[in-house]
Amino acid sequence: MFPPSLNVTFSKKPSVKMAKLTSLFVVLFSLFCISEAVFEDQVGKFDWRQQYVGKTLFAHFESNTQSSKKLFVATDKNIFASFNSRTGDLLWRHVDKTGPEGTIDTFLLHGQDALMVVGDGRLLRSWDTNIGGLNWEAVLDTGSFQAACFVAIQDTVKHVAVLKKAAISLHYLSNGHQKWVENLPDGDAVQYQAVYSGGEEELYVLGVVPNSHLTIIAYSLEDGEITKQRSVEAPWLSSVESSCVVVGQGVLMCVDPATFALYTLPIQAEETPEFSQILLQSLDLKVSPGFQPVLVSSQPHPARSPLSEFFLQLGTDHHVLLQLNADGYTIAPLRDFQPSFLVSFATTGEKTVAAVMTPKNETACAINLFSVDSGRRLLDTTVIFPLDLNGGKPHKLYVHAFLKKDDSVGYRVLVQTQDHALTFIQQPGRVVWTREEALADVVTMEMVDLPLTGTQAELEGEFGKKADGLFPMVLKRLSSQVILLQAWLAHLWKLFYEARKPRSQVKNEVTIETLSRDEFNLQKMMVMVTASGKLFGIDSKSGSILWKHYLENVQPNAAFKLIVQRTTAHFPHPPQCTLLIKDKDTGLATLHVFNPIFGRKSHIALPALPRPILQSLLLPVIDQDYAKVLLLVDDQYKVTAFPSTKNVLQQLQEMASSIFFYLIHSDQGNLSGFRLRKDLSTERIWEVVLPTEVQKIVAVKGKRPNEHVHSQGRVMGDRSVLYKYLNPNLLAVVTESTDTHPERAFVGVFLVDGVTGRIIHEAVQRKARGPVHFVHSENWVVYEYWNTKSRRNEFSVLELFEGTELYNSTVFSSLDRPHLPQVLQQTYIFPSPITTMEATLTEKGITSRHLLVGLPSGAILSLPKMFLDPRRPEVVTEHSREENLIPYAPEMPIRTEWFINYNQTVLRVKGIYTAPSGLESTCLVVAYGLDIYQTRVYPSKQFDVLKDDYDYVLISSVLFALFFATMISKRLAQVKLLNRAWR
Amino acid sequence: MASVPRSFLLLSIIPTILILCADFACCNTGRKTGDGLDTDFSGFSVPFEHSFEVDDVSRFRMRGALQLRGGRETSVSLSQSQLSEEDRNTLKEVAVVDGLYKIRVPRVSLTDRQTERQMDGYLTAFVRACSLVESHLSDVITLHTDVSGYLIGVSIVTIPGACRGTEVEDEVDLEAFNTTLTIIAPTNAPQPETALFIERMDIEHEKRGKPQEQKSFFAKYWYLILGGAIFLMASSSAQPSAGGAEEQQS
Repeated sequence: MFPPSLNVTFSKKPSVKMAKLTSLFVVLFSLFCISEAVFEDQVGKFDWRQQYVGKTLFAHFESNTQSSKKLFVATDKNIFASFNSRTGDLLWRHVDKTGPEGTIDTFLLHGQDALMVVGDGRLLRSWDTNIGGLNWEAVLDTGSFQAACFVAIQDTVKHVAVLKKAAISLHYLSNGHQKWVENLPDGDAVQYQAVYSGGEEELYVLGVVPNSHLTIIAYSLEDGEITKQRSVEAPWLSSVESSCVVVGQGVLMCVDPATFALYTLPIQAEETPEFSQILLQSLDLKVSPGFQPVLVSSQPHPARSPLSEFFLQLGTDHHVLLQLNADGYTIAPLRDFQPSFLVSFATTGEKTVAAVMTPKNETACAINLFSVDSGRRLLDTTVIFPLDLNGGKPHKLYVHAFLKKDDSVGYRVLVQTQDHALTFIQQPGRVVWTREEALADVVTMEMVDLPLTGTQAELEGEFGKKADGLFPMVLKRLSSQVILLQAWLAHLWKLFYEARKPRSQVKNEVTIETLSRDEFNLQKMMVMVTASGKLFGIDSKSGSILWKHYLENVQPNAAFKLIVQRTTAHFPHPPQCTLLIKDKDTGLATLHVFNPIFGRKSHIALPALPRPILQSLLLPVIDQDYAKVLLLVDDQYKVTAFPSTKNVLQQLQEMASSIFFYLIHSDQGNLSGFRLRKDLSTERIWEVVLPTEVQKIVAVKGKRPNEHVHSQGRVMGDRSVLYKYLNPNLLAVVTESTDTHPERAFVGVFLVDGVTGRIIHEAVQRKARGPVHFVHSENWVVYEYWNTKSRRNEFSVLELFEGTELYNSTVFSSLDRPHLPQVLQQTYIFPSPITTMEATLTEKGITSRHLLVGLPSGAILSLPKMFLDPRRPEVVTEHSREENLIPYAPEMPIRTEWFINYNQTVLRVKGIYTAPSGLESTCLVVAYGLDIYQTRVYPSKQFDVLKDDYDYVLISSVLFALFFATMISKRLAQVKLLNRAWR
Repeated sequence: MASVPRSFLLLSIIPTILILCADFACCNTGRKTGDGLDTDFSGFSVPFEHSFEVDDVSRFRMRGALQLRGGRETSVSLSQSQLSEEDRNTLKEVAVVDGLYKIRVPRVSLTDRQTERQMDGYLTAFVRACSLVESHLSDVITLHTDVSGYLIGVSIVTIPGACRGTEVEDEVDLEAFNTTLTIIAPTNAPQPETALFIERMDIEHEKRGKPQEQKSFFAKYWYLILGGAIFLMASSSAQPSAGGAEEQQS
């Protein structure tokens, strides 16, 4: 929908030279496009962004004072971030490369320095925690990372030791320079796993030959010379990392799960040492059957030796606090904690405390502090942690202890739950903030319309009910009108009441109770499914989380598919969403049916799915409760319907011969089509095989079922119509060649009819490789690939047309469309790589389309589809000008005004979701990845909305003035006429 | 642009061979023709089968033989026999119950015949039996190959494609297939047209740039500068008197 002014501009100047016109066109076009940008006062008005960091792996608090405000986390998304511990807001965040290259192996904090080993021992980094700046970065020698620790000499921490598979190195803390590096002796046989420094002149490296012996090597801190090397018999020991800790004055404490015994060994002993065994039985301790006991110790300061107290975990909810006596080989139990979920040590000043989380009741846990020396409970230190029934169980405890003014120990606690959420709690149990970090990994989402308000629902209900006769109908109508009047009066009263209050006090809190559809359906419920198995319901207007539901027992590699079976349109039936969760290894699937508005699980009988599910398809068939039917195809090509009521099965039997579906086995390159039979079995009706030796299928996309196309064709310059080939069953299949040589690599694009298996078009993009991103919509496919020859990203657009005549204009049937469409294609250079791509979607499809392109820089580009038009002429003619076609230019522009998220970068965009709103001009956009960004786009500008600054006063005053002017002039004219008549 | 000829799309369409068997040729099976072609060293023949059953369970029978010739100019031809009386009746019955008429060809490679690597499996396609009957066995069969010459798909459509429920009275109409056979290789997607664009830009530049560049600043605006100078001179000479006049007025 471009303004007609453009058209007029050109038709007025036919005499201007063509060249000038071209440039003028470009200039004008760019001028026009500039106006698409966001105005300063619109920032944050229709959009919001939420930033996440992912699942916390390491967390540290700034310093042990009460006033400290910072909290540092390193996460599985390769992010190092700092939160404000008072609000939970992100202070700063460093996003490293994805994948193993950026993995954070360890994170140590000392004073202002945060030390980090990144990329399996590739880099050692030091960050300034105050401002989040990088102090220094050192490249480490090759070899996989094992362990790292701070090394102190004479009470000051000056070095950091990094243990790798075959070498140990010592680095200065101040500048990262390497002090020394030594190869570890006998690196093939011995697995070196731990490094220990207790503030002495030596650094100890512990290695193990599994089930044989333990090796202890002492290095001199000065020059890295080996001062001692011992070998201790330990046939029961398989891993130092998992079963040993250092406690007290350098005593190695190990636990053997087979014999239920603790072993102690003084590391620094001069003579040949030996493990001394203490049976757990002798301490009156018993390990839960099948549980691997775990030791937890604490070294409050690197310059001093660790505490002689330590925890031994004996079961999932059983911990014991033990103390190593001064003699170094006897152990005294201090306190038994059963039940106890989590334990943690915390140190402030000279005091070290142990925090223990114990279950209190169904909905809460209690956290208490205990004195480490005696095991006594500290008074007034109970914190209540509320257990969310829709959340995960507590997973990890991070305690921030500090000394209060009266020298007693106070603390705050950060609890990490299984659903990756972080909750920060203050005494005596106030939840300060919660961060839902599961949202850093959204897998799929849907937007669902909000329900109607009570009054709207009342009106709707009137139509839903069966008619009882004339008189009751009139009564019903009258009663609903009365209710409407009542609601309107209440609304007026509220307006009047609130008008007297200052504006700041009027709050529009969104709660689940007040949710209702707005006039233009711009506010919707975003249902987001995350990889951790937690579902969220988010208000699209404010971004606040309205409900959450954690699905336990979801495998980490599960695949999700979210299906809206019933929308909000069928009052009084509640909307219904179904989440298909498929285990990728076994292929077995489970269904989770829920109400997308409230997040509650529906109590509907679910079908038994004993076999792996290959395909699911949502039919337009609805049952008597207006729920669309979901068909699940298992690996024996049997079909299960859900819901499977009698009504549905009957409908399916009637329609069976017109229900077709396709299956794709990308590992065999096989595409096959099936037809449903009356007995819900299937028959294979077509097969296309792309040999896997040549190319492999990387992606298949159909069209979105809720997509509307308003115009059937395009009017060309000569006033004839070029009809679009609008096949709703068309699949775009993208392949990549198995040969990756830059000269021979190619990307294949196949357009296949999903019903008949007919290959509509088959194109090969030579010298190209993936990753291919593509959008398939209307009558076009846009794909992006990497050109291996020219080393650049390119966009290609395919458009399909039936020609100037339609074969059958009333209905489209794949079975009756014998002529192949005309295919037009054009390719452009795109000056940036992209991460994802999606097309805008509006309610009626009148608005012109834009492509939303997620760039690695964090910007989301709204690229007009007009630029990707294979009919862009190379030479401008009268006809192409008439059609508003932009002359072909090989390079696609990126204008910063097209960035719909202006400076709100969204990192690692994984997907863009578009949904139509009630306004034809407006499309709702959600970009998700590490961050979530929601906004509205107006591809053809807001042609159906009056502007915010629309001058109502002016227009009405002009109207009134004109009205009075007419009245007066009429009167004057009358008088004049009368006078003339008298003359 | 709109009138891109269809031949552009179907680059490798080779004119097809329509085989109309004479009445006496009912014993002339496709296999026989195929045997005869074995002497042709560059081409080979593969069976072409069809299936139409009232109960929709596939039972493929021989319909004819496809002669394929790979290499630079891929060509394909089909030799097929007439439908027997029994087949005609079955086809009509299938058409009445809205069954499917399926065809299949084995997966073969057009270029890689030396290795004789037999790939297992078939490529299948279907069309509604009623449309085949109503079109009097006029079908268009298309074979699709990939870049390296493997057959990847087959499709069948009838012209006209609709089922209107018209009765086919004449038995003769259902005796012989009127087949149009094509083989389609993938088209090469276009690359960005940089060369052409640069050429066009150069031409435009030349057209516009030359006369303008030659003109210097003075050459362009000499009349303005001259006019300005004259005006300045005139005003400076006239200033004293004018100034005096102003003073007097005030």
